[in-house]
Amino acid sequence: MSKRIDVENLNVYYGDFLAVEDVNMTIDARSVTAFIGPSGCGKSTFLRTLNRMHEVIDGAYAKGKVLLDGEDLYGRGVDPVKVRSQIGMVFQRPNPFPTMSIRENVLAGVKLNNRKISKSDADELVESSLRGANLWNEVKDRLDKPGSGLSGGQQQRLCIARSIAVKPDVILMDEPCSALDPISTLAVEDLINELKEEYTVVIVTHNMQQAARVSDKTAFFNIAGTGKPGKLIEYAPTQEIFNNPKEKATEDYVSGRFG
Amino acid sequence: MSISSDAPTGPSSPKSSRKELPDVGNPAADKIFSGISLAAGILILVVLAAVAIFLVAQALPVFTADSEDLSQGSFLKYIYPLVIGTLIASAIALLLATPVGIGVALYISHYAPKKISQAVGYVIDLLAAIPSVIFGAWGASVLAPKIVPFYDWLATYFGFIPIFEGPASQTGKTILTAGIVLGIMILPIITAMCREIFVQTPLLQQEAALGLGATRWEMIRMTVFPFARTGIVSSVMLALGRALGETMAVTLVLASGPLTASLIKSGNQTFASEIALNFPEAYGIRMSELIAAGLVLFVITLVVNVIARMITSRYKEFSGAN
Amino acid sequence: MSSSTAVTSRLTSGQAPKWLVPAIGLGAVVLGAALSALIGFSIGTWAIFAGLLFVIVAPLVVSMIEGRRKGADSFVRFLVYGAFIVALIPLVSVIWVVLSKGIPGLSMNLLSTSMRGVTGVHDNAAAEGAGPIYGGIYHAIIGTLEITLLATLISVPIGLLTSIYLVEYAKNGPLGKAITFFVDVMTGIPSIVAGLFAASFFALTTGDPSERTGLVAAVALSVLMIPTVVRNAEEMLRIVPNELREASYALGVRKWRTIVKVVIPTAISGIASGVTLAIARVIGETAPILVTAGFVTSINWNAFSGWMATLPTYIYYQIMTPTSPTAASISETRAWAAALVLIIIVMLLNLIARAIAKFFAPKTGR
Repeated sequence: MSKRIDVENLNVYYGDFLAVEDVNMTIDARSVTAFIGPSGCGKSTFLRTLNRMHEVIDGAYAKGKVLLDGEDLYGRGVDPVKVRSQIGMVFQRPNPFPTMSIRENVLAGVKLNNRKISKSDADELVESSLRGANLWNEVKDRLDKPGSGLSGGQQQRLCIARSIAVKPDVILMDEPCSALDPISTLAVEDLINELKEEYTVVIVTHNMQQAARVSDKTAFFNIAGTGKPGKLIEYAPTQEIFNNPKEKATEDYVSGRFG
Repeated sequence: MSISSDAPTGPSSPKSSRKELPDVGNPAADKIFSGISLAAGILILVVLAAVAIFLVAQALPVFTADSEDLSQGSFLKYIYPLVIGTLIASAIALLLATPVGIGVALYISHYAPKKISQAVGYVIDLLAAIPSVIFGAWGASVLAPKIVPFYDWLATYFGFIPIFEGPASQTGKTILTAGIVLGIMILPIITAMCREIFVQTPLLQQEAALGLGATRWEMIRMTVFPFARTGIVSSVMLALGRALGETMAVTLVLASGPLTASLIKSGNQTFASEIALNFPEAYGIRMSELIAAGLVLFVITLVVNVIARMITSRYKEFSGAN
Repeated sequence: MSSSTAVTSRLTSGQAPKWLVPAIGLGAVVLGAALSALIGFSIGTWAIFAGLLFVIVAPLVVSMIEGRRKGADSFVRFLVYGAFIVALIPLVSVIWVVLSKGIPGLSMNLLSTSMRGVTGVHDNAAAEGAGPIYGGIYHAIIGTLEITLLATLISVPIGLLTSIYLVEYAKNGPLGKAITFFVDVMTGIPSIVAGLFAASFFALTTGDPSERTGLVAAVALSVLMIPTVVRNAEEMLRIVPNELREASYALGVRKWRTIVKVVIPTAISGIASGVTLAIARVIGETAPILVTAGFVTSINWNAFSGWMATLPTYIYYQIMTPTSPTAASISETRAWAAALVLIIIVMLLNLIARAIAKFFAPKTGR
C-alpha cells in the first residue's frame, strides 16, 4: 500500500511568479518525511504539488516530474482526481464535513463518489479507519453524532481516518497540529508514528521539535528574500539535520538563530 | 460512472502489480457540469439583452407611426408629463423616507437596546414584505380620505405656493398621497442598507470619540456619518430606483390626469401607473406606445441603479470592507 | 445621573433632574391637546402638536441647564426615537386595516368559490342585506400558486447554477464580473417592465400580440426572481469554507460532486431560506401579472393557455372596477379578505424562511 515518491526538477509557479525552484528529492516508502523552513519558503506549496492540490489555487501550476513508484503524476492524460485518490491530504485546521455524522465523514471518500458499498463492508471500513486513526474507542458510541461536535484533536484524527478510508498510498499532512493543544498534538504525533507502518507520510511543520520527534528524514526549505523562489536547501536523515547539518542556513534555522 | 482504472495514466509503464484504482467517475462529468452552470450564467445575460431587444422591437412602431395615431400627437409630448410625474412622486417619497429611514437605522444601530433593535429589525423586514397592492389599497381607502382635511388646510394657508394651490382634491387621491405611500414602501430599503453600514463603523473609532468626551450625537457625526456617507447615498439611489418603477401604490392611490404643478389636486401620472392602467386594453400603436414608455422607464431606472452600484463598489474599495 | 439627591459632586452637578424630561413630555401632551382643539380637535393633530412641542422644547431646556452640546445630543435622540415611531404608524395602520376589514369577509365560501356568475345584482342584494355575499377567491389562489410555482421552477435552477458558476468557476474573469454586474442591474428592473418584456417576448414568438397565459406571467416573475436567487445563493456559497472543498478534493472527489454533495448541502439552509424569501416577494407582485396573465373571474387550471387571475390582481380589480358600481363596498370587502389571505401567505413564507435558516443550519459545534 505504501509507495515511494521521486521528485525531479520540479518548479512551481503562481502565474508568472516562481514560488519553488528546482526541487529534486526521493521520499521513501513506509517512512515519515518532514518539511521544515521559515514561513513563505514554499514548503506547503511544494507539498500540494505532490498530489496536485495546488491546481485548486488560481493560477498555480508546476513543471517537472513527480513519480509515484515510477508513474509520473504530471504525465499526459493523468487525471488529477485519480492522483488524489492515491495520495491523501490532511490540512492545517481540522475540517470535518459539518453536514455529516462521524460515520458519514469516514465514509465520505466512498459516498461522495457514489460508490456502492454494503452495510457490513461500510461498518468494517469505518471501524478499521477509526482504529487506524486511534479514534475508535473515543467515538464508537456516537458514530451518528455530527463530526464537528468533537474536540479539535479528535476532529483532526477524524480527518486522518477519513483519508485512510480511501486507502491511499501516501498521506500528506500540512501542519496538522498547528491548530491543536499540546495533548491533542501528542495524540496525533503518536498516530503519525503508527501510520508509517502502512503509508508513506509527508508532513509539513513549523515546529522543529515535532519534526525531530516524528520524522525519519527531514527536508529544509529556505527563501533568499521576498519575491525570490523557495529552494530545497538540505535533505537528510533527521538526526543529521538536527545534529550536524551540512549547510550553514540549516544550522542557523534549527538552532533557532533565525526564522 | 463505470470508467475505472483503464484511463491513461501517463508514459511511465506500469511495472509493479498495480492495485485496482478506486472509481472516481468520468472526467467529462466535470466539464458538463461547469458547462451547464456557465450556460445558466450566460442565459442571464441573454435574458437581459432580450429584455432590451424585445422592448425596442415592440416599441419601434411608435417612431414611424402617423402622428394622429398617437395619443398625444407625438411621442415626446406623451412621454414628458410622465417623466415629470414620475420624478415628482419619487422625489416626494425620497424626501419623506430618507430622514425617517436614516433615523430608524440609527435607532436600531446606536440607540435601541439590543433586544428591541432586533425586534425593530424584524418589524422593518415585515414592512418590506407587505405586497405593494396592499399598500396601494391602504393608501386609497384609508390614507387618502383621512388626509383631505390636511390638504384643505394646506390649500387655505399655503395656497399662494404653486405646489399647494387649491382647491384641494376631495378624494385625497393626489400625487402627494401617492408619494407618501411610495415613501412608506421604500423606507425599509433605506433603513436596511443604512443599518448594515452603520453597524460596520469601526468600534475603535466610536470608542475613541466617546473617550474624548463626545456626546452620542457628536460621536455619530464624527465617526458613523463619515464612514457611512457613500453607503447612505447609494441606499437612497437604490430606493429611488425602486420608487421610480413602483406601480401599484400609484395606480390605486392617484386619480391621474394632465400635468399640474399642485401636489394636492388630482392630476399627474407616472410611467408605471400609466402602463398598468392602459396596457390590459391596449392594442396596435397604443400598445407600442406603452411599451416605449416602459423602455424609457427601464433606461431611467437603469441609469439610477448603475450610479448606485458604482458608488457602492467605489466605497467597497475605499473601506476595505468585504 | 440625578442631582436631585442631596449629594452634589462635580460629576453630577449641572445636570437636569431626572423628572424634567418626562415632565416636559406631559406638558407637551396637554398643550398639544389644547392647540389641536383650537383648529378642530383630532387625534392626528394632537399627536403632531405634542410631538413637535416635545422635540423642540425638551432639548432647549436641556441645553439651558446642561449646555448646548447636551441639548443637541438630546434633540437628535428625540428625533431618532420620533423617526422610529413615525415608521411604526403606517405598519400598524396597514396591519390593523387588513385585519379589521379582512376578517369580516373571510369565509369558507370566499375560499372555495370563484367569481363566476357573480354579478352586480348579487352585490346590490348583499349591500341591502337581502342576501349573502357571493363570490370568492378560489380561482385567484389557484392562479397565484400555479404562476408562483412555475416562476420558482424556472428561476431556482437558473439562479442556483449561475451562482455556482460565479462562486466556483468564474474566478475573477471578465465574464464573471459581467454576470455579477448585470445581475445587479436586473435587480433594479421595475416589475412592470419585466411584465412588458414577457408580454412582448411571447407576442413576438407566438405571433399573437395579446398572448396572455400563466406561463407569460411566470416568465415575468422569473425575471424579477432570478437576480434575488442568484445574489442570495452566491452569498451563501461564498461563506462555505474553502477547507471543505479542499478536504473533498483531497479524498479524490471530482469538483462537480464536491459542489453537489459538499458545498450545496453545507449552504442549503441559507439557499432555501433565500428562495423562500424570493417567492414571498414575487407572490405579491401585481403589475407584471396585469400585463401578462390578463384577468378572469372563473377557474382556469391550465397555466399554459387562457387568462388567469391571481390574488394581487383580484384585489386590484375588485377595488378599481367593483362588480357592482353602486355597491362597491361588497367588492371592497372581498378585496380586503383577499388581501388578508395574501398577507398571511407572505408572512407564512417569511416565517418558514426564518425557520429553515435557523433549524437546518449545519451544526458547527464549536
